[in-house]
Amino acid sequence: MAEKTLTRMDLSEAVFREVGLSRNESAQLVESVLNHMSDALVRGESVKISSFGTFSVREKAARVGRNPKTGEEVPIHPRRVLTFRPSHLMKDRVAAGNKR
Amino acid sequence: MIRSELIQKIADENPHLYQRDVEKIVNTIFEEIIDAMSNGDRVELRGFGAFSVKKRDARTGRNPRTGESVEVDEKHVPFFKTGKLLRDRLNGG
Repeated sequence: MAEKTLTRMDLSEAVFREVGLSRNESAQLVESVLNHMSDALVRGESVKISSFGTFSVREKAARVGRNPKTGEEVPIHPRRVLTFRPSHLMKDRVAAGNKR
Repeated sequence: MIRSELIQKIADENPHLYQRDVEKIVNTIFEEIIDAMSNGDRVELRGFGAFSVKKRDARTGRNPRTGESVEVDEKHVPFFKTGKLLRDRLNGG
């Protein structure tokens, strides 16, 4: 099983194939989908895509970290991180597809 | 935001497209990502993030209620890593 990496190009190619818009417009639509999702997350909203998964933003509190190499203490500022929870459907398909 | 709201936003921006085509576009994108991961492939969307598959080794688990041992088979799970641009934007960058 040779592992490939797909990119935006492959997604727009799929849109091109399925919907029959121009390649250029397909690429723009892929971009707008990603932009709308990003914008919602930046506003602090969750993005719930049924049968795909949920992206949510979590607030992490400030804490004191340590440089593992030097042992030096460094303050870690409070920050927002994104987590993705795959749907059951995605988990099942990924598990089934990669079974040997 | 849920799938239908995402579809609506794209439809509003593209009045020349039929609603059902917009639905097909959005669904195709997500379907393609799941499909790729089912084949063991990665999907890298620069600036947004990357979807990949991680292998979980077989292990002996325990039923937390009864304490009984159970063999858990090796399995593959989906994984998402946030892209740098989005991570920075989440933090006001």
